[in-house]
Amino acid sequence: MMPEAVTDRGALPAALAEDEILAVRDLSIAFQTPAGRLAAVQDVSFTLRRGETLALVGESGSGKSVTSLGILRLTPRAPFCRITGQVLLRGRDGRVRDLVALPEEAMREVRGRDAAMVFQEPMTSLNPVHRVGEQVAEAIRFHEGLGRRAALTKAAELLELVGIPDPRRRLASYPHELSGGMRQRVMIAMALSCEPQLLIADEPTTALDVTIQAQILDLLRRLQERTRMAVIFITHNLGVVAEIADRVMVMYAGRVVEQAPVRPLFGAPLMPYTRGLLRSVPRLDLAGLGREKLAAIPGTVPDPLDPPPGCSFAPRCDHVEPGRCDAALPGLDLARPEHRVRCVRWAELAGGVA
Amino acid sequence: MTALLEVRDLRKWFAGPRPGPFRPRAKLHAVDGVSFDIQRGEVLSLVGESGSGKTTVGRTVLRLARPDGGTIRFGGTEITSLSRDALRPFRRRMQLVFQDPYASLNPKMTVEEIVGAPLAIHEPAIGTAERRRRVEEALSLVGLLPSHIGRYPHEFSGGQRQRLGIARALILRPELLIADEPVSALDVSVQAQVVNLMLELKERLGLTILFISHDLAVVGHISDRIAVMYLGRLVEVAPTRALFTAPRHPYTEALLSAVPIPDPMVRRERIVLTGDVPSPLNPPSGCPFRTRCRYALPACAEAPPALREMAPGHWKACIRDDIALASPVGVA
Amino acid sequence: MSGASEAPIGLAAAPAAAPRPRRRDGALRRFLRHRLAAFGAGVITLMVLACAIGPYLLPFTDTEIDIMQRFAPPFSGPHLLGTDPLGRDILARLLMAGRISLSVGFSAMAISMVIGITVGLVAGYYRGWVGMVLMRFVDAMLCFPSIFLLLAISALIGPAVGSIIMLIAVTSWMEVARIVEAQIRALKARDFAVAAEALGASDARVMLRELLPNAIAPIVVAATLNVAHAILAESYVSFLGYGIQPPTPSWGNMLDNAQSYLTSAPWLAIIPGAAITLAVTSFNFIGDGLRDALDPRMGGR
Ligand SMILES: Nc1ncnc2c1ncn2[C@@H]1O[C@H](COP(=O)(O)OP(=O)(O)OP(=O)(O)O)[C@@H](O)[C@H]1O
Ligand SMILES: Nc1ncnc2c1ncn2[C@@H]1O[C@H](COP(=O)(O)OP(=O)(O)O)[C@@H](O)[C@H]1O
Ligand code: SF4
Ligand code: SF4
Ligand SMILES: [Mg+2]
Ligand SMILES: [Mg+2]
Repeated sequence: MMPEAVTDRGALPAALAEDEILAVRDLSIAFQTPAGRLAAVQDVSFTLRRGETLALVGESGSGKSVTSLGILRLTPRAPFCRITGQVLLRGRDGRVRDLVALPEEAMREVRGRDAAMVFQEPMTSLNPVHRVGEQVAEAIRFHEGLGRRAALTKAAELLELVGIPDPRRRLASYPHELSGGMRQRVMIAMALSCEPQLLIADEPTTALDVTIQAQILDLLRRLQERTRMAVIFITHNLGVVAEIADRVMVMYAGRVVEQAPVRPLFGAPLMPYTRGLLRSVPRLDLAGLGREKLAAIPGTVPDPLDPPPGCSFAPRCDHVEPGRCDAALPGLDLARPEHRVRCVRWAELAGGVA
Repeated sequence: MTALLEVRDLRKWFAGPRPGPFRPRAKLHAVDGVSFDIQRGEVLSLVGESGSGKTTVGRTVLRLARPDGGTIRFGGTEITSLSRDALRPFRRRMQLVFQDPYASLNPKMTVEEIVGAPLAIHEPAIGTAERRRRVEEALSLVGLLPSHIGRYPHEFSGGQRQRLGIARALILRPELLIADEPVSALDVSVQAQVVNLMLELKERLGLTILFISHDLAVVGHISDRIAVMYLGRLVEVAPTRALFTAPRHPYTEALLSAVPIPDPMVRRERIVLTGDVPSPLNPPSGCPFRTRCRYALPACAEAPPALREMAPGHWKACIRDDIALASPVGVA
Repeated sequence: MSGASEAPIGLAAAPAAAPRPRRRDGALRRFLRHRLAAFGAGVITLMVLACAIGPYLLPFTDTEIDIMQRFAPPFSGPHLLGTDPLGRDILARLLMAGRISLSVGFSAMAISMVIGITVGLVAGYYRGWVGMVLMRFVDAMLCFPSIFLLLAISALIGPAVGSIIMLIAVTSWMEVARIVEAQIRALKARDFAVAAEALGASDARVMLRELLPNAIAPIVVAATLNVAHAILAESYVSFLGYGIQPPTPSWGNMLDNAQSYLTSAPWLAIIPGAAITLAVTSFNFIGDGLRDALDPRMGGR
């Protein structure tokens, strides 16, 4: 194990460091459902630097979307959903605000100006009855106070920036007249309209074909180089993670279970769930060479209304040690510099692999 | 081996939107002259981008849609224009697994009714006790418990529902299984469970599978041969390994190059295709891929290239034989 | 199947524990939480019980004429709700009339549901020209004001309880047909219906076993609202003198008889009027409550 002196960016500094855009601390989000209280996200902490991309991966229902919605306070209002913890965001004006404590009025200004979001389904997030140009221009006018003409001109520039051919004419199109890839470009253009510090992209390429996905990833990378914005990228696709992320946060049943820079995470994963996930992807380079069984992770995620005691991965884990794993929730240990893992046996298991 | 399924020049049109208020509806060529065989015991995969016509091929082959051209032979019998009643004996020999494990199970039925439906339809004479026994048997075949028999679909996870769909498809022991994106809606970890299950069942039951997917990694793992579709046509058909190591069609090359590889140490040159898939309402003249192809020549616009056999079992529909295509997968 | 002896395939995956079944009493709970609906259901239950057994408990029958007690106001003597111009007991008549009015309501509803569901099912399932012809016919029927139609035909064929039921039924199935048609059309495109077709299921099986059970919620709501409509229609026609004919009492013809005495004996009109209003609003409340209770979107998740 590492000595305690290693640098620990996961630990909580008092305020935002110079190059940091976002610090999330002990973020917990719970829904009030008819069947009881559902803890969708628990004690999530991370920081994000300027120009950095953090990938959020994990099983469906593990809390990735709720985390990102919670950061922008887009979850349902108070009695139905409660957010606790801190979300410190450095605004475009340089001021650091705690979004959890911000009044709704001020929050509305933060959205779009300091932090913007792109969703998975580009069709449902664009309004079908308005022209694309109006929708992009609307976003610009709200935050920049530009006139209609100036906003439309800027909208055309943005569409050009995201690679939509013939942008002037496209302003007059309705969303259904665009392909999925183009709609996603429009969404990205809208999100970028006010040059936010932070872009949250919730599975922006999942609904797209691989060739279009490649275009969008390429676009995001180029835009990020230009604007130095920080990006939170949610995805199921480990290939996409390997390609765009600087750091990765793996979530399971509402908690962070592993957090590391992308290379160590793929090269020497410590948490059994992360390892299982990486092993269960069929390898392209072995295509057509015999049919080894894929290393599937047995079972399914626990019921969020009735989580198991202790490690939430225990019911599916190959390395579970009764009495230890299910006794208490394992802590998020700092295993290596910048590499945290929530597993009581990571040290023993790492001996066998790393 | 004999071909279980022979499809020749299959065509399916849909009525598109009206181009103007009083103009006739446009014709949408969803499948435009597709031919392939599947041998008994083989897994053939159909890959391609969304809207390329994969689902339409699957459903037309099953005669859930009436083909507008071409022939379909199943086990030596032509079923292209059989009536509903004449089709019924064939229905039990070919089955379908759906993409969406939520929409494909009737929410008002119990597991027993859902998985037992094929028996109720094709073997109505058997008694309740026998039917239940066979449902339980089918459930254990796909790794579910006999005690799940009285539950409703909403009480299952996505992966379990997909198993229910597979159990329903297998209870009559069909010869051909058409699986339309059976794992696309599932989590990676659960996806692997279902892929393993399908491979095991194929071995055990000697199933022949038409596997439809857009995920090349999964397809590479599961199939013997792969057919690549673009805008309603097949552009390349090849044995799996050959397709991955030595693609011969520029579209296949781009497709392979676009698959993100889950290894941050690999940094490769990627062919980023420009533009979108053209609309099937208004496909390009000549080669359908020519609007995005980096090797296109003026001659490509003349006529749609036919599939030609370039090596044993390796077919491509491209006029250029003078280009060397790259593959992200090293030669074995 | 071939070998029945096959052991379960050794899946890497042990069958996972399924998520717990969701609470199934949700709809009932939501319905009862809807205060007006619960009130409506209570009122209707009471009414049905009173009309069914009430007449046996009363000292008077509905046809017994008590000449000495004509025009007795309510709560003034042996006749609890007073008497009518012939001296017949109003409570007894009200209950007997309720039997007629409620059974006309329920029977007309049942028949109109059968017609509406059949037409909607066939039109929604077959689309094409069959569906088009049927739905155009539905539209045409809807264009006629149904009360006109009712009055015209009942004036023609001479009213009896049976024919009134039929008439109300054939003029009130169109909404149901529309609702069912829309539901079936949407459901038919769902994968589970395609799955049944791929199995070789007959049309009847797909329609009745797969599709119809999934459309039951809006049908139940429509049925309740239809009872209310039928009761109202019967009262209306009888009030105008073309419906149920005296001496058989119905709420509608009781109102009709009360017309001449509106100022001298207002209770003759108020009592049956209140019964009609109460029954109709109760059914409407029940319908609203069912709509909310059966719509899963109201349930939170
Ligand atoms: N509005 C809501 N009310 C109640 N529970 C909710 C709500 N939104 C999300 N949840 C629950 O919170 C948990 C986390 O959901 P979340 O959407 O963040 O998952 P995810 O990781 O984004 O999954 P996916 O990969 O499927 O998008 C789930 O158990 C989900 O059912
Ligand atoms: N019922 C239908 N009516 C009209 N067009 C359809 C219908 N089904 C499919 N299509 C069109 O046919 C083309 C092929 O579709 P599909 O076979 O579903 O593609 P894939 O399965 O490859 O995504 C698409 O352009 C699609 O929009
Ligand atoms: S704590 Fe135990 S059960 Fe959880 S991941 Fe580690 S070894 Fe597995
Ligand atoms: S025929 Fe021409 S356009 Fe088509 S794939 Fe070959 S080179 Fe490209
Ligand atoms: Mg999500
Ligand atoms: Mg499809």
